[in-house]
Formats: sequence, C-alpha cells, structure tokens
Amino acid sequence: MLLLFLTIGLIRSQKGQVSVGEIAPDFELISFAGESYQLSEYRGSVVVLNFWASWCDTCKPEAKDLEAAYQYYRSRGDVIFLGVDYVDTEPEALGYLEEFGVTYPNGPDLRTEISQAYRVGGVPETFIIDQDGLIAHVQIGPFRSLEDILLRIDPLLD
Amino acid sequence: MVTEIKKTSWVAALSILLVVCLIPAAVYAQGSGPSDDEVNAVAKQLYCPVCENIPLDACGTTACEQWRGVIRDRLAEGWSEDQIKEYFVAQYGDRVLAEPPREGFNWVVYIVPMVIFVGGGVLFITGIKRWRDSGQDRTLRRGGKKVPEPDKLSDDDIKRVEEELLKRSKG
Repeated sequence: MLLLFLTIGLIRSQKGQVSVGEIAPDFELISFAGESYQLSEYRGSVVVLNFWASWCDTCKPEAKDLEAAYQYYRSRGDVIFLGVDYVDTEPEALGYLEEFGVTYPNGPDLRTEISQAYRVGGVPETFIIDQDGLIAHVQIGPFRSLEDILLRIDPLLD
Repeated sequence: MVTEIKKTSWVAALSILLVVCLIPAAVYAQGSGPSDDEVNAVAKQLYCPVCENIPLDACGTTACEQWRGVIRDRLAEGWSEDQIKEYFVAQYGDRVLAEPPREGFNWVVYIVPMVIFVGGGVLFITGIKRWRDSGQDRTLRRGGKKVPEPDKLSDDDIKRVEEELLKRSKG
C-alpha cells in the first residue's frame, strides 16, 4: 500500500504542468471583487489563465503586457483574461494589481486548488485555453512582450 | 469668585496634564503589538508551499515575510493560534500545516508508519526465532547432540553420593 502511495506521488510529481491538448481542468475563481468566474462557462471563448503573485519579481515585467493584451482584445468579447493569485496575501496582491494597472478579473487561489489542478510548478505560468476547453499553449515563465502574447492568441481566433 | 476661577484653572491644567500623559501610553500600546516570539510560535507550525520543507518562522522569502505579517496582524486583532491556522488552511490548503489534520485520507500518514513499525517488529522477532531454530536443526543434522539437561538429584541421592565418597576416601 505504501509503495502504491509512493508510486502515485512520484508519478504526479514527474507529470509537470497540464500540457497542450489536454482538457483544461474546470475551476471557479472568486475574484478580489467577490465575483465568481467558472471556466466551463467560457466554452467558445479563448481563455488566458495567468498565475502570478505579488512576491514574484519575474511576474512584474509581464503584468503590464497582459493588461495591454486584455485591452487589445476587450472589444471582441471572445478572449477572456483571468488572473490567479498564487500563495499570496490580499493587501500586497491588491497593491500589485494597482501598481501595474491590471483591470481584468483576478482572485486568490483558495486552498491552492486551481494551481494544483494545473500542476503549476511556480509563477508566472500562463495557460491559454482554446474555444473547446483544451490547453492550446503553456507559458512557463513570463511573456517577453505584448507581441509574444498576441502571437499565442491570434492563431486561435477566427 | 477669583478662588473659583483659580480652582477651575487647576482642574483644567491637571486634566490637560493627564491627557498629555495618557496619549503617549496609548500610542505605545498600539504600536507594540505581538512580539516576534509570539509570531514565530504560530509561524513554526506552518509551512509555505512556495518554499517546501522550511517552516514559516525560518523562511526568508518575501512570501513568508508577508505571511508572518498576516500572523502579526491577526494576533494583534486578538485571534487565537487555532483561528489563525484555520485561516491559513482556508486560504492555502492543508499542506501549510506542519501536521496534517487527523481526518479522512490524512489518517494514512499516521497509520502507515505505525503498521510498518509493528509489522517490522513482528518480522524481526519471527526471523530471529526461525534463525535460532534452524541453527539447532543444522547442529542435529551434522550429528551433533543436544546436551541433555542434568536430572535433578534428590536429597537422598546426594546423601548417598556423599557417604560413598567418604567411604572411598577413607578406604
């Protein structure tokens, strides 16, 4: 029995993040504003799911680019941006969002359930989910620029 | 009339003095808050998922500093240790606890080591016993003989042996 648990644990730890082509695990994100966002409700849209934290220095350079990308696609209505604040404290998280002018929905990863479902190994990590709810791109580490983000999203749009 | 004004002035002056004396005390009380030891007493029972295997009181990352700040704020608000731990579990999950709660699947963590310990002990004792038995069997197979335990002599027999020895020594 012990060997079974060890084997399961080992397999899980070796699996890495959810990969391209897999079904994106469903989750409910409660934003800092108290609004609920259920991933499964966004079938038919592209979802950009970004994991970040206020203590994460490498998250900062991409924060403004993600916001710019959100503004770029905003009028279309079929590209959804969701920010998941990983293992963070709320006052610092809100300060971070204000500092980088982030306006798309962001919320804490309560009980680290979302990051565990996506097997996140660290922050920043971004998962781009296509209209069918499949993982289309996994970004380990920050995006280098706004163009880098658009390059991953544009091919998914009609 | 003049005396009354003087009296009133004294009362006012004393009141101002009292207020002036009390304000720094109040500010001091508010600023003191929980000590580092009090914060660390709670922090050492928690683990940050970012820096695995390092208790929160010994972790130097920004995330852990923020967490200790939360503990300090909650202690200042009068929260108990258990309430703070419950808050962290609700925010970050069971894995922040140094000891997983004794419920559901977590029991495996507590039961498996005990089963291994007891099972290991039983196997060890059984193994030793078998080894000893097989050692005796090997001796017998090689033609060895078990040394029979000497029969116990009765008092009469001992007396007879003593008498016989005495006779022989005299003869």
